[in-house]
Amino acid sequence: MRVLVRPKAGILDPQGQAVERALPALGFEGVSQVHVGRLVELEVADPAQLPAMCEKLLVNPLIEDYEIVSIDGAPAASAAGAAG
Amino acid sequence: MSDATVPAHRVLGLTDAEYDLILDKLGREPNAVELSMFSLMWSEHCAYKHSKKLLGQLPTEGPYLLMGPGENAGAVDVGDGLAIAFKVESHNHPSAVEPFQGAATGVGGILRDIFAVGARPIAVLDSLRFGEPTGTRSRYLLEHAVGGIGHYGNSIGVPTVGGEIYFEPAYEQNCLVNAMALGIAPHDRLTRAAATGPGNVLVLFGALTGRDGIGGASVLASAELDEDDADKRPTVQIGDPFAEKKLLECSLELLDSDLLVSLQDLGAAGLTSSSSEMASKGGLGLDIHVDRVPLREPGMEPFEIMVSESQERMLCVVEPSKVDAVLAVCEKWETTATAIGEVTDSGHLRVLQGGEVVGDMPVPALVDDCPLYDLAPEKPATPTYPTAPRALKAADDDLQATLPELLGSANIASRRPVFEQYDWIVQSRTVRRPEEADAAVLTLPDGSAIAVSIDCSGRRVAADPYRGTVEAVFECAANLACTGAEPLGLTNCLNFGNPEKPHVAWQLTESVRGMADACRALDTPVVGGNVSLYNESGGGPIYPTPVVGLVGRLPEAARAGRLGFAQAGDAIAVIRAASPSLPASELAKLRGDALPDGLPQQDTGALRAAIELVRDAVRRGDVRSAHDVAEGGLAVALSETALAGGLGASIDLTQVGGSTCQSKPLDEQLFGEAPGTFIVSGSRELLASLKAPKGVALAVSIVGEVGGDTLSIAHTGGTLSWTLDELRTPRERGLGDLLDDATRLDD
Repeated sequence: MRVLVRPKAGILDPQGQAVERALPALGFEGVSQVHVGRLVELEVADPAQLPAMCEKLLVNPLIEDYEIVSIDGAPAASAAGAAG
Repeated sequence: MSDATVPAHRVLGLTDAEYDLILDKLGREPNAVELSMFSLMWSEHCAYKHSKKLLGQLPTEGPYLLMGPGENAGAVDVGDGLAIAFKVESHNHPSAVEPFQGAATGVGGILRDIFAVGARPIAVLDSLRFGEPTGTRSRYLLEHAVGGIGHYGNSIGVPTVGGEIYFEPAYEQNCLVNAMALGIAPHDRLTRAAATGPGNVLVLFGALTGRDGIGGASVLASAELDEDDADKRPTVQIGDPFAEKKLLECSLELLDSDLLVSLQDLGAAGLTSSSSEMASKGGLGLDIHVDRVPLREPGMEPFEIMVSESQERMLCVVEPSKVDAVLAVCEKWETTATAIGEVTDSGHLRVLQGGEVVGDMPVPALVDDCPLYDLAPEKPATPTYPTAPRALKAADDDLQATLPELLGSANIASRRPVFEQYDWIVQSRTVRRPEEADAAVLTLPDGSAIAVSIDCSGRRVAADPYRGTVEAVFECAANLACTGAEPLGLTNCLNFGNPEKPHVAWQLTESVRGMADACRALDTPVVGGNVSLYNESGGGPIYPTPVVGLVGRLPEAARAGRLGFAQAGDAIAVIRAASPSLPASELAKLRGDALPDGLPQQDTGALRAAIELVRDAVRRGDVRSAHDVAEGGLAVALSETALAGGLGASIDLTQVGGSTCQSKPLDEQLFGEAPGTFIVSGSRELLASLKAPKGVALAVSIVGEVGGDTLSIAHTGGTLSWTLDELRTPRERGLGDLLDDATRLDD
């Protein structure tokens, strides 16, 4: 399974800003809205436990949203946009 | 969202009477922009409406004072044309919500206060309070708060040189995260915040403005904010130390190039408080064009822009001819800068959007007209705080086992697991690191040094708000004395519960009175500080915690005192201005004893004489070690001194002077606490020359000798003896073990 973690919309994302500033410096124009998150890959016997794992450890639900996808790419669950 | 029947002003924390006063000042109903700005400026945080009358008692004049309360930070003269600016501030609530970012942005905020006055930050200290470390939540808060402090301080390159952590059940629901910062500046770079010169331009520089920490004001958006609208929710403030580093260098270059009229950081209440305070100090008005403020997210309302608490932003006033130069410096430091308004002579703060006025308030109404409240203090008839159950395993008469257990207890064990996460030597000024001396010592260019200490035992203040606060001030002065430093100025952060409750009002009133008296007794002014009230949720109020930060100077950095024994064969002396007592001590807490009603009477003259005796001895080089006796009493302090030096000692307790010491039970002599007690070591002749001034109740007695690898204490009934290893193991491992236990309980 994969857990995609990204900064919540609107929250300060220093990594994203740094990348957004660095790309034009390397000559890549027209880049905006860069957000940097992280990817957690894991095998779990019971995928139903994944949301709890995310809320308790893998994700900081105060500042991050997450999305659980199975390794073949099909979305399994998402907390994007859920009430924080 | 909020109940539609509750008026918006009440949801924002304004009383009906305060709202009526706003109607009166404006002559009309405030709109959403104005109401949100009033609610912040008239909050306790900005207006000090429950504490301002009390704070007037604090002495704010002193021979070294350069800049007192009312500026972003206070500053004292340290000679050689240099000033030290410093301040302590709380970040309690954000840290309870998100401890890592809360503590990190707490450090960021206090650093901005320092460079807003033109000083380069040189040190950070932290004062932390959590519930007992055996609780999983306390452990989580501790780990993340410490991580956040390290992340911000280490990244921006400012050393974390000291601090304190206490664990008490009273902080279980309300942790305290107070951060103190110090900065250095040439006198002529010290900058004030007042806006002057109508026609001058207001420039905002630093990070973009987002919906960070909008908090209560978000109720104003409630009409448009439903469950699908997560994007509009206020967000946790995220610290960006690299952005702050650029902001710091940019600010100092702007000041060095003489491009600014005044400078102010944006902290709590964001643009609202920084702009209105600049206008108020200059007695002028300001026009702010919110549509010119660079935004991080689209669609922000004017009130959101005005109250946003986005970090790493500064506001400055610039003469029109220098605006281009200011923008060029900001561009050099990759810092966004925008002219967002003008200084006017209207006396009004006006908020404009697309040329249209969306808010218009007289500056004095915002800044000065908030009603100040008298407190209704009343000493509680019954104890406020429950007594914690006994935690000590050693039996009351088993003093052999008591000392190692005390050394491994949460409030006494070594803080190494915490401070080793901090960079304490970056910038190469630190000459005394944590646990090497009683205060941190930082060298100055002329070979002299400053020493700094932060302290407060909330439990002792809870037992006696007046005397507990006097003790906190004298404790800091004692810490400074052990390095040879004389106090120059004091900053404080008053962390209390709800001041509208009579017993909290009593704690606050007595505590401020104690601080004022202690400062006078030490001839040390208060240069500024911070008040954090309403620290209670669920389990009742926190212990009253008036955190004291004291900055002093010593003439020679090379002679800064150390706490550890230095040489075998040295004599050991105890200097004692007060008799030790067990009630409210660390041992009493661990034994499950109730808090006493009051602490013993203090002789501040004797306390000061003890401090001066030690300071002068350290400065002359007459002693090779000096350590102040605090939590855990004489036996714990002797252990710390022995362990820090790696040398044992043999002590004859019957030689310890002081009229009433010998009549006390042995456990009280060993573990009782009292201010004004020191352990010094050095040559027997020089120690013998230490004399108390005439007429002062101060005992100076030679009680033993340094040497060997055991600490042995002879008393009238026999001798207690521990190898250094028996003491070192619990002291070094105590905190880590307690935190590990919490992990296991969690599993």
